[in-house]
Amino acid sequence: MKHIISILMENEAGALSRVAGLFSARAYNIESLTVAPTEDATLSRMTIVTSGSDEVIEQIIKQLNKLIDVVKVLDLNDGRFIERELMLVKVKATGSFRDEMKRMCDIFRGRIIDVADGSYTIELTGSGSKLDAFLEALDKAAILETVRTGASGIGRGDRILKL
Amino acid sequence: MELSGAEIVIRCLQEENVQYVFGYPGGAVLNIYDEIFKQDKFKHILVRHEQAAVHAADAYSRATGEVGVALVTSGPGATNAITGIATAHMDSIPMVIISGQAPTPQIGLDAFQEVDMIGISRPCVKHNFLVKDVKDIAPTIKKAFFIAATGRPGPVVVDIPKDITAHLGHFEYPETVELRSYTPILKGHSGQIKKAIKLMLEAKRPMLYTGGGVVLGDAADQLVKLAHRLGFPVTNTLMGLGGYPATDKQFVGMLGMHGTLEANMAMQHCDVLIAVGARFDDRVIGNPQHFYNKDRTIIHIDVDPSSISKRVKVDVPIVGHVQSVLSEMNELLDAENRTPDTAALKAWWTQIEEWRGRNCLSYNRNSDIIKPQYVIEKLWEVTKGDAYVTSDVGQHQMWAAQYYKFDKPRRWINSGGLGTMGVGLPYAMGVQFADPKAKVACVTGEGSIQMNIQELSTCKQFHLPIKVILLNNRYLGMVRQWQQFFYENRYSESYMDSLPDFVKLAESYGHVGMNIENPADVEGALTEAFNLTDRFVFMNFITDQSENVFPMVPNGKGLSEIILAEDL
Repeated sequence: MKHIISILMENEAGALSRVAGLFSARAYNIESLTVAPTEDATLSRMTIVTSGSDEVIEQIIKQLNKLIDVVKVLDLNDGRFIERELMLVKVKATGSFRDEMKRMCDIFRGRIIDVADGSYTIELTGSGSKLDAFLEALDKAAILETVRTGASGIGRGDRILKL
Repeated sequence: MELSGAEIVIRCLQEENVQYVFGYPGGAVLNIYDEIFKQDKFKHILVRHEQAAVHAADAYSRATGEVGVALVTSGPGATNAITGIATAHMDSIPMVIISGQAPTPQIGLDAFQEVDMIGISRPCVKHNFLVKDVKDIAPTIKKAFFIAATGRPGPVVVDIPKDITAHLGHFEYPETVELRSYTPILKGHSGQIKKAIKLMLEAKRPMLYTGGGVVLGDAADQLVKLAHRLGFPVTNTLMGLGGYPATDKQFVGMLGMHGTLEANMAMQHCDVLIAVGARFDDRVIGNPQHFYNKDRTIIHIDVDPSSISKRVKVDVPIVGHVQSVLSEMNELLDAENRTPDTAALKAWWTQIEEWRGRNCLSYNRNSDIIKPQYVIEKLWEVTKGDAYVTSDVGQHQMWAAQYYKFDKPRRWINSGGLGTMGVGLPYAMGVQFADPKAKVACVTGEGSIQMNIQELSTCKQFHLPIKVILLNNRYLGMVRQWQQFFYENRYSESYMDSLPDFVKLAESYGHVGMNIENPADVEGALTEAFNLTDRFVFMNFITDQSENVFPMVPNGKGLSEIILAEDL
């Protein structure tokens, strides 16, 4: 099963490689990984999307907690949470595609953030599955380039990951 | 007054009350070595290869419980140290390894003797640090010692660029360490402990399975008290030997791939298993699917939460320092004054004694050729069971573990997790420094000993009266055994040809050498060697080439699929 794991860690050189190294050394999956400093510059917040059996996820959480630079770990799937990912898609916008792409963008509540003679660049946020759905809805021949940030997640309501 | 970074390093080690630093100089650590020259608070032990420095410091720690310290230069010095570091990491040995690094401005430019030590050591350390400013040296070393020694212990690398050791800075050694991201749990959860006690008292077929955590956590006394009070059988893992006295009647021997029949069968058939500081590894329980038994309840005490339910699902996890948890269990039992199910225990012991009666460690005592098991038994007798025994890796290691009855913790020093050939001699060095008057035996094979044979020179320099017990069967014995059993006698590259004359080799380093080829000479030779209390003696026992280690649980099989010598 897919899990989204949030990690609060020391914002230090090498911390990212410790997490990435742990996943590769122990043969855990990484579907996506995002990291950036938090409002407290000494801390970074990382979101990892991974998958595995309950036993594997339990081990992942324990192994992450064992890393000296990791301050706190939360499996977002243990409660209610919100997941968002940002995607930029450059699509063909010539001929019939020009209207078609605008319509698809509107349907998925995306925004066109760059317009050129032959292409649009569309910005879309949502859960990973929404972004997948958008790409599937497009004519493959229209997609010129995609870039995705990987998922970020946050607990709903008073579920807070903080020091 | 400001000190140089190198002086600060030395002052930190002195503040940590370090007695010995095992190391090897080189360009990037010249400043540090210059300061070592000027001080006499700790002793530097010059080895002949960096790997041996780390092994010796590791063994010093295993024997004393103190943090072992090694010092190596950058590049090849650092990479040579890696095997030693990985060995210590697998066995959870607290160590601080200081490595030199190329000067800060040159890092990343492929400088001479530059290697990314932080990257290369990362998977085999508990933690590592690159020091980028002279003011960080003292706080970093303080943290390194703290992290190494607390929680589940392990090696910590401190990588220091050469220019940092030359820069000047103010020295103040921090008194305490605050790490918001690292707060090891010490005390076990009281509710879980009570639950465990209840299960233990109701058990019909209980079993205490204890590992290296009892030795490292200095919990042997608490374990003995608990076991004696409850009358439960006790088995030790390879790493746990000495954690429970081997001559005690409740001890059923080591378990695992080469464990005793009684230990493995009791492990498989018990109804309540109390695992203490052990991690159910593949060499211990074999195949986890076979090990699984729905009628067995498992209690697992360990300081490392990630060791719990890793290979085997546990019913009652207790995260805490084993000494603290076992003490609390003893206190609870004292307070409640309840006793276990004695009738059921009696029946359980009858079953165990039946297994024990199979005498699974018997071997041919009337052989004309020296049997390796016999050498170890005589070693135990001659040293009155009171020696430190280090070993290398292979058949001789298993025989030493099976036939030397360790009654005290920290006496059996071997590479359990990583299985590093070549540790035996440097381990013996570290132990002899830790306890200069002690009898130290290095049980080894002709394959392993040659992996760090250069240390004969270090032993000469420091007058270490180690006794090398070489069980020389002219084979990489364990490899040969597997090839015999599982590869239809195709002995691919397992014969050790062109061996040196070990007696002459020892003598060339100024040591005493002995060849022993006759079983009748074994005891006399051992006695003679140990009587040479101030000499290093290299004993070359020519042993039976065809001897195999039994019992054996074949790889991937279950504990009750154990093979005894008599089965073949």
